[in-house]
Amino acid sequence: MTRVRYLIARRVVQVAILLLYFGGNYYGWKMLTGDLSSSSILGTVPLSDPYAVLQMFVAGAVISSNILIGAAIIFLFYALIGGRAFCSWVCPVNIITDAANWTRRKFGFDMVAKKQPSTRHLRYWVLVISLIISFFLGLTAFEFVSPISMVHRGIIFGMGFGWAAMAILYLFDLFVLKNGWCGHICPLGGFYSIIGKFRLLKVKHDSVACTGCMNCKVVCPESQVLHMIDKVSVPVTSGECTNCGRCIDVCEDNALGFFLKVKNNNEGEINNEKNE
Amino acid sequence: MNHKQEKVKSYRQPLSKSRRGFLGTTRNIGLAILGGLTWSAYVDEAKANKLLLRPPGALKESDFLKTCIKCGLCVDACRNRNGNIIFDDNGKRVGTKDPTLRLAVPGDNKPLGNPFFIARENPCFMCDDIPCVPACPSGALDILSVTNKKTKKLDINMARMGLAVVHKESCIAYWGLQCDACYRACPLMGKALSINMQMNKRTGKHAFLLPVVHSDICTGCGLCEKACIVEKAAIFVLPRELAMGKVGTHYVKGWDKKDQQRVGVAQSIHTIDKRSEKKAIDKLNNPGGLLDD
Ligand code: SF4
Ligand code: SF4
Ligand code: SF4
Ligand code: SF4
Repeated sequence: MTRVRYLIARRVVQVAILLLYFGGNYYGWKMLTGDLSSSSILGTVPLSDPYAVLQMFVAGAVISSNILIGAAIIFLFYALIGGRAFCSWVCPVNIITDAANWTRRKFGFDMVAKKQPSTRHLRYWVLVISLIISFFLGLTAFEFVSPISMVHRGIIFGMGFGWAAMAILYLFDLFVLKNGWCGHICPLGGFYSIIGKFRLLKVKHDSVACTGCMNCKVVCPESQVLHMIDKVSVPVTSGECTNCGRCIDVCEDNALGFFLKVKNNNEGEINNEKNE
Repeated sequence: MNHKQEKVKSYRQPLSKSRRGFLGTTRNIGLAILGGLTWSAYVDEAKANKLLLRPPGALKESDFLKTCIKCGLCVDACRNRNGNIIFDDNGKRVGTKDPTLRLAVPGDNKPLGNPFFIARENPCFMCDDIPCVPACPSGALDILSVTNKKTKKLDINMARMGLAVVHKESCIAYWGLQCDACYRACPLMGKALSINMQMNKRTGKHAFLLPVVHSDICTGCGLCEKACIVEKAAIFVLPRELAMGKVGTHYVKGWDKKDQQRVGVAQSIHTIDKRSEKKAIDKLNNPGGLLDD
């Protein structure tokens, strides 16, 4: 039986965050106001999207101290601890692209189009291009087109045709490119992949316990990060891992788990090569 | 093996590693340029929308677009402002009216996610405490622009969201009918919007009561536009850059002491060209073939 511990935990966190934002606007709650671009906890602690702030900076905006502190808090949290956890624990688009992935597996669309006509490095190109455009046009280029914000703001402030963005993301991931948006294009995911490279929270692998069923690689939205499975007992170091914990959920042999590397010891990096 | 087959085969020969790398890089760069240009073209179009009204204290549009982080905190504040919350008989909050400010969504055809308002639907009520401006974390709504320098207090009358203009032909006051709906709706009644009385020569015994907007006082709140009783408002708020002209420096109000001072520092400009070779008087005496000799 497939276990769903982290999956449920993530959905609870994602929905709770959306609910707090929504209530902040519609019911006047003070807990969390604003949206993922910039918000405020209890009207005092500022939080800001560091990628949006980077675009503002490149565009030549004067950055207020409130925004700067907010961006620093978020930046440090993901750079030091969470890595790309924003993607799997906070971002509302994750629910949509996960749904597309699930549909793919359920109905076997993976069998029809096996070839992936794109590279996962695309997102870094998009990231760089967004900064170049921000510089030349003097505005925040990705924030002008971001489907993440369309969906997210749609839930908090009113949707308009934002549902079309949701449908496009779902259909694109389902029929055009597997993990298309989150795994190939999204520059915000790319941004967190880069800054999360040296995060403390990682997934560790025990290749001795592993039976090589490859359930983890099937569910992983960034399966290239699991190259060590059934080979060596090293943790997942790639910044592209979203720390979603789905692999841990589906592993029936306790060969995967989270670990928080606080001291610089080599726990989890024990180099016992698998010898069959 | 005939000639044709040979040719086909040569095309299929595997590329050398370096050539493959070169082609790959070239393709990636090409695609990046393609994507980048398409993207900029879209963004450039989307920001060109000039017909919208920003919240009080907003920076000038080009600065606003790069500074506003699209957090919606101003919208939160406007929705939950004093007087916008609906209470039931027991004083329990049951909801709110729609806020003035909203974030542009797909379908609005405005730069996405930035706050704006549509005066005819929901004008700015010029709250004394201006909740929307201090809520802004980014400085896109500039608190200094709506703070009285002497008293250090917020002053909504300093806001310049736009400027009301009157379309005379559709304003029934200009027909001679009595209507002062906009005048009475204006929070700065008599200052931003006054009534100019003129004789109605058609009837010979009535007066025109004409609304006139004063651009130095009008905040652009749009309460007049909301109040206007004709089908499509005859008084409406436009962004100030669109609604206002500009004289330039070459006209001076001679009767205004302060304006007159500009003349003191003025410099004359001498234009030297082919015609200035001769004196003007010679030019007049000899117009050069214009008259018959
Ligand atoms: S890759 Fe982008 S859209 Fe996907 S979950 Fe991460 S931030 Fe959200
Ligand atoms: S001043 Fe105008 S825009 Fe600001 S909160 Fe009041 S009604 Fe809304
Ligand atoms: S509060 Fe300021 S930064 Fe946030 S949406 Fe409003 S104007 Fe933009
Ligand atoms: S927009 Fe209309 S109601 Fe508001 S200050 Fe100007 S004239 Fe008065």
